[in-house]
Amino acid sequence: MNILLLLKLTFKSILNRRFTSYLTLFSICISVFLLLSVDTIRKEAKHSFTDTISGTDLLVGARSGSVQLLLYSVFRIGNATNNIGWDSYEKISSHSSVAWSIPISLGDSHKGFRVMGTSQAYFEHYRFSDNQALKFKEGYAFSEVYDTVIGAEVAEKLGYQLGDKLTLAHGVYDTDFARHDDKPFILTGILKRTGTPVDRTIHVSLQGIEALHIDWKSGARSRQKVSAEQALDLDLQPTQITAFMLGLKSKMDIFRVQRAINNYKKEPMLAVLPGLALGELWQLIGVAEKALLIIAAFVLLNSLVGLLTVILTSLNERRREIAILRSLGCRPNQIFILLASESLVFAIAGCFLGALLFFIAILFSQSMLQGFGLNIPLSSFGSAQLVLIAAVIGVSFLIGIIPGYRAYKQSLADGMSIKL
Amino acid sequence: MSINKNTPLLFVENLRFRWPSGHRDIVDIPELSIQTGERVFIKGDSGSGKTTLLSLVGGINRPDYGRINILGTDIGELKQSNRDQFRADHIGFIFQLFNLIPYLSVIENITLACEFSSRRKAKALVKSQSIEEEAYRLLSHLQLGNRDLLTKPVSDLSVGQQQRVAVARALIGSPELIIADEPSSALDTNTREHFISLLLSECEHSGSTLMFVSHDEGLEKSFDRCIHLSQLNKVDKRSKNQQLEEYVS
Repeated sequence: MNILLLLKLTFKSILNRRFTSYLTLFSICISVFLLLSVDTIRKEAKHSFTDTISGTDLLVGARSGSVQLLLYSVFRIGNATNNIGWDSYEKISSHSSVAWSIPISLGDSHKGFRVMGTSQAYFEHYRFSDNQALKFKEGYAFSEVYDTVIGAEVAEKLGYQLGDKLTLAHGVYDTDFARHDDKPFILTGILKRTGTPVDRTIHVSLQGIEALHIDWKSGARSRQKVSAEQALDLDLQPTQITAFMLGLKSKMDIFRVQRAINNYKKEPMLAVLPGLALGELWQLIGVAEKALLIIAAFVLLNSLVGLLTVILTSLNERRREIAILRSLGCRPNQIFILLASESLVFAIAGCFLGALLFFIAILFSQSMLQGFGLNIPLSSFGSAQLVLIAAVIGVSFLIGIIPGYRAYKQSLADGMSIKL
Repeated sequence: MSINKNTPLLFVENLRFRWPSGHRDIVDIPELSIQTGERVFIKGDSGSGKTTLLSLVGGINRPDYGRINILGTDIGELKQSNRDQFRADHIGFIFQLFNLIPYLSVIENITLACEFSSRRKAKALVKSQSIEEEAYRLLSHLQLGNRDLLTKPVSDLSVGQQQRVAVARALIGSPELIIADEPSSALDTNTREHFISLLLSECEHSGSTLMFVSHDEGLEKSFDRCIHLSQLNKVDKRSKNQQLEEYVS
């Protein structure tokens, strides 16, 4: 008397109740899909978040909070409380332990995208993800004062091509009276997609930033105008920058240099380790991610309770069937298996279909997700997902014990008298 | 096991049983014996304890007291799982109604009996090439030889057809004892006569002993012997009301 016979009976019985079976299966499939998706997206979001910057040993800005420094210098969110002097930057970047430094000057924008003034060192030393350098899709880095390089998303959204002229705006909001329309920039390069805020940034040289603001004072245009050509003849050496990134020759020096910067007498500055600041920031926004996972888990639990309801309801209708099986010599423990295996069949089929749906969804939404900076390869279906699926099947097995046990008891009490 | 022609197929002695929730014995039978090959009509009204008696003989329930000996085996002494196997191997059941499993085809319903008993499967294979063929052979004998019928959902069959499929299932693999619990009471008079004569001739064919339980005295004449459960079962001396109370509880 084999398990196969019982499984065959289970399958036929489930197929016989086609409509409710399909609905139940659909509900489990969707919940499993939801759970897998939420879990994967939250992991990838964290991954891509911590991948935003790599290779930089210290992030330096005016003294404020480490999260704030990270937000404006790396994520281009919010504004700096203060600038730091060019002389301080020069002093620190010429320190013997420093291998390279990238100055950052923020404050302007173009059609909603932030403008960042920097140096050639940015294209050389900036790293993201697993130590990947920036690559050009088209063109090359800026060399002239009015050259500009844009990120992939800027190029895509605004439809710019090499040689196009861009008018930058003063401040974050693009208004008529705050445009630097006398000094247009020429597009010389478009970067490849990185999945980081770099995609949404317009890069110009520090001299370019300086030239833009040469006839501006206290955030407003002064009366004495300086034309683009005239500006080129002036001294465009910046006096202030917003922040800078440091790469050190040896990782051993990180804390020593950090302490030196934080204790710098001439100017209050803050140096943070990007990795630590990222972790701190993720703790803040990671709550949402956990909440999503909990909701997904509850949706799944709800489906499993629905499954239990369906099986228990069918149990009453199946009393006669159970009595017939008993009369044919079916043992009470086989009746138990017959009913308990039902939820397992639903769970396994539901998990399989849910995983399949998950794969299909990844295939079709990969390019869309990359727009959000989420890179989800098919290979992201790994052991963590298998553990989730195993947990779902395990819970269903436990749930199956309930109808199994009831049928077992019922078959003993009913015997062959079928009360209908 | 070999059975001596003189020893009864079924022998019941001092049998007493009450349901765990009941306050009174529902079966109290000092003695009952049925010979091999005998076709016995057991007359009992509802509440006379006949379903309980059949549960006991079928090994679904264990007697509180006394012995039930079938084919030389005291089934009260067997473990529950062995009783279930004994039932699968040696007893075929036919109920009053809804004998068939709704999600299985006609053929699958019949061969299911062989799935639970390798002994009956082996016996079926002696008669036919496959158990499906044997099921079909039995159906033909029961005048259900229409092949189209085999693939139909069992719910499309008439009650009379369903009961004959149930007979085929009870008979496949030639179990020694066939227990029929009011198998014809859902049929109309004409079909009933026909059904019973088919059942009797097929039991004869396969050499099975038949216990036919019914409240319908009119059927009595077709059988070798008639046993009145009210005379057999001593607890039946109680009032109708008491019986009803017992039945409902």
